[in-house]
Amino acid sequence: MSTATMTAPTEKKSHPLALKAGLLLVGIHIFMGLLTLVWLPYDPTAMAGGRLEGPSLLHWLGTDRLGRDLFTQMMIGSRIALIVGIGAVAIGAVIGVTLGLLAAFASKWLDDALAATLDILIAFPTLLIAMLVVAASDTANLWSAIIALGIALSAIVARLTRILAKRVLVMDYITAARTSGSGWPKIVAIHILPNIWPTLSVNFALQFGLAVIAEASLSYLGLGAPPPNASWGRILQEAQGTVYTAPLGAIAPGIALVSLAIGVNLLADGLRDTIDPTRRAR
Amino acid sequence: MTVLLSLENLSVHAGSKALVSNLSFSLNRGERLGLIGESGSGKSLTSLAATGLLPAGLSSSGSAILAGKQVIGASDRELNQLRGTAVAIVFQEPLTALDPLMRVGKQVAEPLARRAQRDGTPLSGAALDKAVLALLDEVALPEPQRMATSYPHELSGGQRQRIAIAMALACKPDLLIADEPTTALDVTTQAEILGLLDRLVRTRNMALLFISHDLPVVANTVERVVVLRQGETVETGDVAEVFGNPRHDYTKSLLAAARRLDDAMEGRA
Repeated sequence: MSTATMTAPTEKKSHPLALKAGLLLVGIHIFMGLLTLVWLPYDPTAMAGGRLEGPSLLHWLGTDRLGRDLFTQMMIGSRIALIVGIGAVAIGAVIGVTLGLLAAFASKWLDDALAATLDILIAFPTLLIAMLVVAASDTANLWSAIIALGIALSAIVARLTRILAKRVLVMDYITAARTSGSGWPKIVAIHILPNIWPTLSVNFALQFGLAVIAEASLSYLGLGAPPPNASWGRILQEAQGTVYTAPLGAIAPGIALVSLAIGVNLLADGLRDTIDPTRRAR
Repeated sequence: MTVLLSLENLSVHAGSKALVSNLSFSLNRGERLGLIGESGSGKSLTSLAATGLLPAGLSSSGSAILAGKQVIGASDRELNQLRGTAVAIVFQEPLTALDPLMRVGKQVAEPLARRAQRDGTPLSGAALDKAVLALLDEVALPEPQRMATSYPHELSGGQRQRIAIAMALACKPDLLIADEPTTALDVTTQAEILGLLDRLVRTRNMALLFISHDLPVVANTVERVVVLRQGETVETGDVAEVFGNPRHDYTKSLLAAARRLDDAMEGRA
């Protein structure tokens, strides 16, 4: 049995183009997001042109029903999506990995209790949990959405971490490290985390895509960033009434969402192949 | 001679089922003892119990005194002081005994630095690298420089087992437990690894607890044997005596099986 089949039984090596395509897609959004910090084509809240204008040299994607420039809104949407994705995954990762490791090391009944709790949490759709958390907080804003999504994602991360850590814990090299007098904190830091990281990181990318789409859904429902923040979900929601006269208002956020989610996944797949020495050069 | 490891009525239980019962033997500094028996006879569990590394769900009773300290019932913190100082283990499967994602040089450096720290002579940087290369050289690995920067999957089975032995030696243990260290290797590599273990145990004056089901290998490696069957001691004594004049039927059948295999290999059957 080769090492690769042991650490990652069902994962295939990704296509060499995947990394480049992922870099390109994510790069575009990161560029747009960063650009909004220093420059915007128009004031996002001002009437920059006529209402529901089609694409033109002045307004690349046209304008919305209030005459605001759609391209400007989309750029801000990129920034919000990245903040939400990174924020939610970071929160989910910290809570999830901690809980997962705790469960992996816990006594049997505590582990069983944690596992059952996680399974129940995962049984609820991410969006539903996020909506509950947002509804429970006083004000709906971007941060409450991020925290809500982070908490919802942490259950998935925790369950995965628990399983991965348990699989590493029974390996001989852990016993070998213990016989040589290594303490648990050190073993977690140098053996367990590096060995679960390749699988975890790909999962984080999946969660990132999930978080971005979930935030768009929250915004669509009016539970995300309040106006005038131009989240893709809000752009979509505002454009739905005029979808036949100005279809770009609905198409653009859809393409942006999908391209970011796919881009992050391709990037993670490609990066994992680069990070993991057992998958290199084969 | 000082007693390094002394087991008295050591038992290992899974729930109410006894996996090892009332095992007693002792091992002095520089002595080599073989623990033999078929699969599932409790050989490996004995070594794990003696180092306090039994998996969750198994419990041990009786007494196991390692380097003057009682292991049974001791806390993990106390045991950590013993492990990596008094005792080190070489495992059966060299592939799973090495971290697949860590360069082997670093894996050897890890216990080496810890032992040096405990001895009050911390090693780091170039001095640590040098000590790692010296160890790789001691276990007769070719091109230690290149080896140190390799990952386990880039090495052969024999080379991996040499790395595992180097990791055990890095602890400078008084007692080396070798748990079927050659079972996963081909015959020529087996002979080389056994030769290496034999030389290291002699030059470093370590005690060796050699666990195996391979009787010819045991006969050539150790001085005394303990024969286990379903967790119970069947026979114990000098290796020449036990193998030459087995008193128990189980030992006889083990020997007969080994002899039949030999005969078949040489075309005499």
